[in-house]
Amino acid sequence: MPGIVGWVWLVVLLPFIGFLVNGALSFLRPRAKDAVSIVGVGSVALAFVLSVAMALALAGSHAEEGFVVTIWRWIHVGDLEIDLAFQVDALSVIMLLVVTGVGLLIHIFSVGYMKADDAYPRFFAYLNLFVFFMLVLVLGAAFPIMFVGWEGVGLCSYLLIGFWYAEKANADAGKKAFIMNRIGDFGFLIAMFMIFGATGSLAYHEVFAAAPSAFVVDGNSITLVTLFLFLGCTGKSAQIPLYTWLPDAMAGPTPVSALIHAATMVTAGVYLIARTNVLFAMASVSSVVVASVGAVTALWAASIALKQWDIKKVLAYSTISQLGYMFLAVGVGAIASGVFHLVTHAFFKALLFLGAGSAIHAMHHAYHATHTHDDAQDMRNMGGLRRWMPWTAGVMWIATLAIAGVPGFSGFFSKDEILAMTFARGHEDMVFYVLWFVGTLAALMTAFYMTRMMLYTFHGPNRTGASEQQHLHEVPWVMTGPLVVLAAGSILAGVMNLPEVLPFHGWLHQWLEPVTAQGDFYRREMHLTAGTEWLLLVLATVIAAAGIVGAYRLLRPADLLPAREAEPETGFGLVLLRKYYIDELYDTVVVRPLVWLSEKILWKGVDAGAIDGAGVHGAANVTRGLGAIGSWLQSGQLGTYVFIFVIGVVVLLRAMSGS
Amino acid sequence: MLLGPALGLSAILFTIGVAGVMIRRNAIVIFMCVELMLNAVNLTFVAFAQQFGPEGQVIVFFVMAVAAAEAAVGLAIILAIFRHRETVDLRDINMLRG
Repeated sequence: MPGIVGWVWLVVLLPFIGFLVNGALSFLRPRAKDAVSIVGVGSVALAFVLSVAMALALAGSHAEEGFVVTIWRWIHVGDLEIDLAFQVDALSVIMLLVVTGVGLLIHIFSVGYMKADDAYPRFFAYLNLFVFFMLVLVLGAAFPIMFVGWEGVGLCSYLLIGFWYAEKANADAGKKAFIMNRIGDFGFLIAMFMIFGATGSLAYHEVFAAAPSAFVVDGNSITLVTLFLFLGCTGKSAQIPLYTWLPDAMAGPTPVSALIHAATMVTAGVYLIARTNVLFAMASVSSVVVASVGAVTALWAASIALKQWDIKKVLAYSTISQLGYMFLAVGVGAIASGVFHLVTHAFFKALLFLGAGSAIHAMHHAYHATHTHDDAQDMRNMGGLRRWMPWTAGVMWIATLAIAGVPGFSGFFSKDEILAMTFARGHEDMVFYVLWFVGTLAALMTAFYMTRMMLYTFHGPNRTGASEQQHLHEVPWVMTGPLVVLAAGSILAGVMNLPEVLPFHGWLHQWLEPVTAQGDFYRREMHLTAGTEWLLLVLATVIAAAGIVGAYRLLRPADLLPAREAEPETGFGLVLLRKYYIDELYDTVVVRPLVWLSEKILWKGVDAGAIDGAGVHGAANVTRGLGAIGSWLQSGQLGTYVFIFVIGVVVLLRAMSGS
Repeated sequence: MLLGPALGLSAILFTIGVAGVMIRRNAIVIFMCVELMLNAVNLTFVAFAQQFGPEGQVIVFFVMAVAAAEAAVGLAIILAIFRHRETVDLRDINMLRG
């Protein structure tokens, strides 16, 4: 094992130290913002440098299986043996680089974005804590370690969504995210118990080694295990039916949305399936479920994004949609393609969120300077921002072209590969052709709604207001710098895994070979002829072009009115704006009955009635009744006492003499 | 000697005493009834002393000494109650009622 890999614990520890220092500073020196920036950014930067060194060491070591570094014995009870161990292999190194690399850029951006916030040290403490838990999640060498990270990132997500907790809506959004994730975590836990029951271990390499003998291929038990695992994924990665928390999670600061709710945490579900791809490969039914849910989510969320006015809501639904693509990929068994899209998406979606953050930052400043109280996130209040913010507009266009799938940009290669892989399995089962069509339709919508967002935000006339316009300006370099780096990533990340018809193809595919090899044994070879592949590439290009040009032709940014003057939506547009009324549906079907049950039955019936009435008050009433009898005997009348006393004596005498 | 009539008289006196304590309300009268019961017992002791030797008579002296002490303390208490409440009716003196 290369020496540097033994230092993997330091990668995890550094952000945690950052959390401790920043947490202490938030209490002791809340104004020491420079120190907080150095600690917060520095700890992640060091972790990133170490991660790069570790990736290079792994690449040079020719160790196919990767390394497991055991730190200490954690839980040893009976047959259960869990060591605190970190796994450095092809898959975790990719995640490591994404988390620390994109995380570092977002930390730097936050220095500028959060500069004026009073709770600056607290923000960086939470952000460092998140990176720590995310690293535990991706590096853990056993399910329980991953679960610790899984819960930890959920906690940080909750803390950061409700970062501005003084407003009730933000705190509610945090609670919603936390509770919906809890439903998914239940599935993860059950799956973990079942895996331990079947294989007697929870460490990855032991579970995967035991899986072929412990489970029957396509048997009930493996299908249940994988479906429960997938339930965990739908919670964390915001898929149908547990996706509604993610749009609300936009209540947090924008860098949080970029880091947690776009680039890293929400991809944990994809990582989980990639990690356990052996199990999913053995359960073909579950794989089809994963692929179907992914494809339907991609289309569903993309259609909602068509009609949102809040710029962050558009991006939130876009994230759900893109996560759907990743699940489609891992569902059809194209693990490398799913991870590929995860990486490219981390670049362009982080860039989109940070760019939107820049725009919101500028809008907020303009409104702040003129004491206007309009919505700084509503696209109807923006328009023409490229005149003031050329850098932001430029990089946002790069990200838009990437996500829309314009050839040459990273998103084109990753999205096309997913659709091609889905298409390749079509000859096995017709359902994959349907999924391919659904995914392609979602790609068309993606190109459309992203172009719509760009047109309304950065083009056309400005709708912010005459006096507010004077205060619009480009954000400082500390914010544009990370954007430029991410833009470079959004363009170049596609090189990692070029299609087979191009030279230097499939690097990521080969890199992940050690992780996917065992599962490939159960999967059928997916191969497309060069002709079909070219056809799909051309089709993807046409789809992207159609979406972008369609948005240009159909939308009229010049006719748009500011939010306060806009007329209410009608018809199907209103249904989309209201997100298909899913929140209302969940409220009616789940939340209200639950509240009713809790209040009328559990509170008024069980708690107040049975426990309080019979138990607490009942015991008191019995005691009081006995006391009343005793009290009645103590009449205070001497004659009565003597009377009773005499009767007692007579009875006693009679008893003694009568025998 | 006349053991039977003596015990009979003692029983009658004791019963009158008990009945008095139960029925009467005046503390002084109740007090007198208690004395009546004590003296009924004394009479029993004296009557049996004829048969079983002088120990019974000795006990009577103890009883008289205790009765004297009791009378002193009891009358003092009754006096104190009367000064405080201007009545010695025991129906009204029920501060220990539960």
